[in-house]
Amino acid sequence: MISVYHYMILSAILFAIGSFGVLTRKNMIVIFMCIELMLNSVNLTFIALSRHLGNMDGQIFVFFVMTVAAAEAAVGLALIIAFYRNKESIEVDDFRLLKW
Amino acid sequence: MYSNLWLIPFFPLVGSIINGLFGKKIKNEKVIGGIATIAIFLSFLVSCQNFFRLLGDTEKVHQQILGSWMSIGILNVEWGFLLDPLSALMIMVVTGVGSLIHLYSIGYMHGETGFYRFFSYLNLFCFSMLMLVLGNNALVMFIGWEGVGLCSYLLIGYYFEKKSAGDAAKKAFVVNRIGDFGFLCGLFTLFWALGSKGVWTLNFVEISENAHLLQSGGLLVTVVTLCFFLGATGKSAQIPLYTWLPDAMEGPTPVSALIHAATMVTAGIYMIARMNILFAMSPTTMMVIAFVGAATALFAASIGFAQNDIKRVLAYSTVSQLGFMFMAMGVGAFTAGIFHLMTHAFFKACLFLGSGSVIHGMHHAYHHAHLHDDPQDMRNMGGLRKFMPITWITYLLSCLAIAGMPFFAGFFSKDEILWWTFASTRGSYLVWIIGTIAACMTAFYMFRSLYMTFHGEQRTDVRAKDHIPESPWVITLPLIILAGLATIAGFIGIPHAIDVAHVGNGIASFLDPVFGQAQQLHNIGIPEDLAHNVGLEIGLMCMSVVIGLIGIGGAYYMYMKKQELPAKFTGAFPGLHKAVFNKWYIDELYDFLFVNPCKKIGTFLWKGFDVCVVDGVVNGIGWVVKGLASGLRYTQSGFLHNYAMIMVVGVVVIVGYYIFG
Amino acid sequence: MEAMLFYLVALVSVISAFFVTKCRNPINSALCLVTTFLCLAVFYVMLQAPFMAAIQIMVYAGAIMVLIIFVIMLLNIGSVGKSRYTHGVAGAIVLSFLSFIVAAKFIAGGTVSKAVGDISAEVVQSYGHTELIGKAMFTEFLLPFEIASILLLVAIVGAVILSKRKV
Repeated sequence: MISVYHYMILSAILFAIGSFGVLTRKNMIVIFMCIELMLNSVNLTFIALSRHLGNMDGQIFVFFVMTVAAAEAAVGLALIIAFYRNKESIEVDDFRLLKW
Repeated sequence: MYSNLWLIPFFPLVGSIINGLFGKKIKNEKVIGGIATIAIFLSFLVSCQNFFRLLGDTEKVHQQILGSWMSIGILNVEWGFLLDPLSALMIMVVTGVGSLIHLYSIGYMHGETGFYRFFSYLNLFCFSMLMLVLGNNALVMFIGWEGVGLCSYLLIGYYFEKKSAGDAAKKAFVVNRIGDFGFLCGLFTLFWALGSKGVWTLNFVEISENAHLLQSGGLLVTVVTLCFFLGATGKSAQIPLYTWLPDAMEGPTPVSALIHAATMVTAGIYMIARMNILFAMSPTTMMVIAFVGAATALFAASIGFAQNDIKRVLAYSTVSQLGFMFMAMGVGAFTAGIFHLMTHAFFKACLFLGSGSVIHGMHHAYHHAHLHDDPQDMRNMGGLRKFMPITWITYLLSCLAIAGMPFFAGFFSKDEILWWTFASTRGSYLVWIIGTIAACMTAFYMFRSLYMTFHGEQRTDVRAKDHIPESPWVITLPLIILAGLATIAGFIGIPHAIDVAHVGNGIASFLDPVFGQAQQLHNIGIPEDLAHNVGLEIGLMCMSVVIGLIGIGGAYYMYMKKQELPAKFTGAFPGLHKAVFNKWYIDELYDFLFVNPCKKIGTFLWKGFDVCVVDGVVNGIGWVVKGLASGLRYTQSGFLHNYAMIMVVGVVVIVGYYIFG
Repeated sequence: MEAMLFYLVALVSVISAFFVTKCRNPINSALCLVTTFLCLAVFYVMLQAPFMAAIQIMVYAGAIMVLIIFVIMLLNIGSVGKSRYTHGVAGAIVLSFLSFIVAAKFIAGGTVSKAVGDISAEVVQSYGHTELIGKAMFTEFLLPFEIASILLLVAIVGAVILSKRKV
């Protein structure tokens, strides 16, 4: 029988993979996608627990997370485009003006 | 009744403010001088009114409280004025002589830059001096005490573009600070000493009333009075703090006359007289005062022998005469001391103003002849009698007065002092001998200055010779008035022995309410058997007259008859002359003993302590922070991943702590 | 049967998630991510949240991923020659693993209470999932819902301003 723990462990695995991507990739768009992956892993936890507890609130939360993710996508991608215009690059190593 | 006391210091204050704030705009010298002179003259009139009212009053001590200054727990200080015979006499001297000198200054300071500044300071000085004299408690007196010190500083440094004047001003201020330190210590100790007996007060009347709570002759009273005496030596230029006064002659001559001869330097005498009850309680202190006074009188007189600057001679003469006053205080002759203070104010002011008149004339002549000789050097003078008859006459009268010639003012006051040193219960023959010798020397060097200035052949440069004018009336009028006072003022204090007309010793009976109590309580006075020994008193009187005549005769002989004698004398004792001419090297000694070590300590504290330790600590903290920051700033790599990594580490650590911890 | 399905889909989602971080070409990463999203939609269905599965596909796989691919195409980013990883790969592996350990420990150590709400599988069956979501959204969570709409509006305006060449 698949319990809520299975879902949560799966969610933890996905979250770890997402964080690995964020920490290692240079390409800003890939980093962005990894962040989306992490958000989704959390969404999975929400829905699994919502189901398990018999409460709709978790799913409403997922709804709002999706809203924020959409907004983030819009602004984040706009930022990426603006960066690209300036530097002809979307590699994060090329943006290191804020240093010593 | 005496409710207009506050007006006395108020007028000069207003005058000072007007001239100080608007003098530069007014520009007109007559208006500026007029405002200042009228201000001090008005307070003279008010003083006269109060003085004569007090004269006819049976109640002799009056206080006017304007309001509370500060009330801190047990300490209550009021803005209050005290009118008793002592302060009444003092305000008469201060405002009277002050008015004359203000008038004189209009002529003397004519054409000086900063004319308004001078009069503003002068009025401010009068205000401070009147606060000092009239204050009914020690703190109001202290305001005046500091105020006159400040004005003295400002006026000595009046020609501040001259380095010597600036140095002299600083010297006066610093030396006075040492005295002020003593004054304050005495004040605090007294406040505490009386307070521990249950009387927390600074009011002079209350101090006098409660002085008996302290043990007479005890250590505490001796310490308190010695501290006060230290304050007095600073202000009144006694050994060891007299060195500032001769240098103070860098100021304009009216300043020397008013501040450094007639009024401010007598503040120490006044303070001792004001606290006479405390001083009477400590025979030790009185003895110290008497001997310091005597030593100063002799010492300063000896320096006066060899000075060629006319104002310096007068300055040392002032120091010497102040020594006489301290002698009087020390032997319990408070009345005689105050009497001498008053007569000295007249004749010394007159002498200074006379010298100012001479300097004014010489300066004018040199200016006319485009010469740059020193107008104050007596070696360039001589025979000025013909050109400045009024100045000469007044100078002569004042010299006679200071030499103690019979029936001039100085005769009565000085003889009274010498008589007390001889006969008083607190007197001492040694003091009397020193005083007599000093009196002889005074006569000698004063007449030396008179002969060198006004008599004999004229040594002035031929080009300037015939351009020496007599001074205008604003200068000569004060001279005449002061010379008149110097001549007749002594008759208010006719001693008992020669009081043939039985008019009585006016000043003694007038001041008795102030001093009588202390003198009675502590058995200070002339013993019964000597008091009625008229022959002895008259004999001593004649002796001091003879001694004065010897001094005058010696001066006449050396500087009129045999003019080669001084040079011969100098040749015979070159070392002695050099030492006297250089003021016994006291300034150099002080430099060696105090000034240079202080400088060295200061330099050490600056270069050693401040630069290395203080700056070191401050800079060291800066260095450490800077070093840490320059090391830590490399954590700001600018790489997004580093930041993200650190953030994840933080999350893992914090969450891990809660889960595993 | 259900367990089989779960493990299969979980395997697919983990592998595809791994390839999101692995692929050299961002387009491939994006396609892998879409696969992961679809897998998650399957899970939502298995968890009896069909409405969430629907909007997972529509919003994520449909809208957001299209937007990302759009940007990739727009900027014409191909696979890059030089390393696609930063120098901290080893550290990142350790950190990710640690974070997984922490999360797993948390999950294993915690006890999840029994159902406290009244939304059982039967209730969802009878009412329909969409209706339940809609009721909650427009009653209890009306204010956050409206605020979310404002957030979206602000994001749109921001995106427009950021990507305009001259403001």
